[in-house]
Amino acid sequence: MYRYDEFDAKFVAERVAQFRRQVQRRLAGELTEDQFRPLRLMNGLYLQLHAYMLRVNVPYGTLSSRQMRTFAHIARTYDRGFGHFTTRQNIQFNWIKLEEAPDIIKELANAEITSIQSSGNCVRNITSDQYAGCAKDELADPRIYCELLRQYSFLHPEFSYLPRKFKIAVTGSPNDRAAVAVHDIGLRMHRNEQGRIGFEVLVGGGLGRTPYIGQTIRKWLAPEDLLSYVEAILRVYNMQGRRDNLHKARIKIIVNQMGIDKYRELVDQEWEATRNGALKVPDAEVERIRSYFAPPAYETLPDMAAELAAARKADRAFDRWVRGNVVEHKVPGYAIVNVSLKAPGRVPGDITADKMDAMADLADRYSFGEIRVSHRQNLVLVDVKQSDLQRLWRELFALELATPNLGLLSDIICCPGLDYCSLANARAIPIAQDISRAFTDLDELQRIGQFTINISGCMNACGHHHVGHIGILGVDKRGEEFFQLTLGGSSDQHASLGDRLGPGLAQTEVPAAIRKIVDTYLVVREHGERFIDTYRRVGIEPFKEAVYGSESQAA
Amino acid sequence: MALIKDGKLVADAFVDASGAQTIPATGAVIVSHEQWQAQREPLLARAAPLGIRLRSDQPPDLIAADLRHFALVALEFPKFRDGRAYSYARLLRERYGFAGELRAVGDVLLEQLFFMLRTGFDAFELQSDDPLAAYRTALSDFSVWYQPTGDGRPTAIQLRHARR
Repeated sequence: MYRYDEFDAKFVAERVAQFRRQVQRRLAGELTEDQFRPLRLMNGLYLQLHAYMLRVNVPYGTLSSRQMRTFAHIARTYDRGFGHFTTRQNIQFNWIKLEEAPDIIKELANAEITSIQSSGNCVRNITSDQYAGCAKDELADPRIYCELLRQYSFLHPEFSYLPRKFKIAVTGSPNDRAAVAVHDIGLRMHRNEQGRIGFEVLVGGGLGRTPYIGQTIRKWLAPEDLLSYVEAILRVYNMQGRRDNLHKARIKIIVNQMGIDKYRELVDQEWEATRNGALKVPDAEVERIRSYFAPPAYETLPDMAAELAAARKADRAFDRWVRGNVVEHKVPGYAIVNVSLKAPGRVPGDITADKMDAMADLADRYSFGEIRVSHRQNLVLVDVKQSDLQRLWRELFALELATPNLGLLSDIICCPGLDYCSLANARAIPIAQDISRAFTDLDELQRIGQFTINISGCMNACGHHHVGHIGILGVDKRGEEFFQLTLGGSSDQHASLGDRLGPGLAQTEVPAAIRKIVDTYLVVREHGERFIDTYRRVGIEPFKEAVYGSESQAA
Repeated sequence: MALIKDGKLVADAFVDASGAQTIPATGAVIVSHEQWQAQREPLLARAAPLGIRLRSDQPPDLIAADLRHFALVALEFPKFRDGRAYSYARLLRERYGFAGELRAVGDVLLEQLFFMLRTGFDAFELQSDDPLAAYRTALSDFSVWYQPTGDGRPTAIQLRHARR
């Protein structure tokens, strides 16, 4: 993992001191709330429905056990004993007091964690593949470039007051687990014709009220040009992005208004003037960062396929968990273990302080002290010996952290919704709870297969509803909550936006509608076909008819 | 409104005529881009220093070819959230080589001075009871920078690898 050097440590300490002064000025009445808002937001402090909420970065989803224990401590000391992992590889603490925020930020800084730019109209937490460095299908390690971008983006003097927020995601694998196509900038590492690793650069993706899939602005970018090229994209956006309408201020709007070719032309023009300047990434810096991501001290182990198969055969529950939550590792004898935060009836992404501590202990004992956070609101132990799998599973099971539903229908993405969020129109959490309670039969879940349900409590789409196989959007109609379903969304390397199924449903109608969609899929699917593939083959009609009946199709 | 230039509280040598009907016959003035376009020759014939004030929707390439005529460029922050002028400042300094006074005007907040200094501003119109103290605090908030800009302050990357 990356560790702060003297410069990083000093920078963060200075930021903590600055924030403490700002809070003091606010508490003393020297700053109005209007003046204070952008300052606190750029330190991740929101004012929500009931209290302040602090959003903390987990840079590109990597956490040490020590950092996880710090989260547990924050949750216990300053909050109500739990935290919420989000779709942006952040953790949110929901019950924060303004007076205590500087102390919290100080404690986080001591563990090399920040909330810098987890909000505000600036470059947000850089996100990535939760399996980075360990996945068998990975081409190159994205974390090095994520870290480079993290440092580059922090308190950028030119880009701290962009037209709107700006999100960057990186994948080093052709199988995109980081949803790069729905980010303001998406970076896909791949080899060019000469065999050199570089980046395909996507721009203008995003969800919210006007969703777009990102478009390729550059097919291949040399790694040493990453910062100068990103700066060119940001500069064009800073100057051209709309400032007159908050809802039209994201880069996706300007890219789609002027067209990708025109945007590319402006970026290239800008980049030509700067690409050989001070932003050229020195090899020495890449190697310095790379050294922090050197593989841990893996043992030379055989792949224990036969033993594992025997253990699975002997224990059906273990077998189900391995099939569902364990992923192949690039190193023989090791495995990637996903820890689902989606037990039936629980709040997706929520975890108690005690379980955070327990996860930290498990990471220390089984996975070189490291924990990953996925944008699908689950945790991962990425370096587990195959020979430890059964023991680890028993411990997770005892902690109620062994729900074997990764990537299955009840592995639901869900934003905090109207239970917490001041922007929300509807409560998202109860919908997730209702659905997960309606689908608890593990055999059935496995029969249904890969399935994503993404729920957002408003059109800002923190729950990524546009890119769920089933998306659920909460809307408010004259004081009543309704839920709008979309089908056919996906955020992987074949990203697509969902299509609207029909009129909004009442909360109580949603689980039954999901059931009807699933039943229809099970009837029309061809062998082994995932829901998304069936949907792309047969279209929306059979599902529309199943949910609304043939007579209401005109609605 | 106090004016800080090069870290000192100074009297404004310029009269801002950019919003006025008529431009004073003598003395250093700041004009709008519209005034500059309409009255270019008479403005050039004046014997005093000339400044120009650009709104945030007026990028500096509008005046790139004329920069030698200006002793001052004032860039406007209509609201502190409008960050276009940070890019404009860097272009003026780093692309167009403007060496005169670069003044931040409008909604200039203390918290932004640090960003403004790094992007090339050297003068600030500030609303503050004690503008010099505010300026010094803003300046001392940070000693580590990650981004190279035209101000030449060494970045963390440069410092890391220079000492090896």
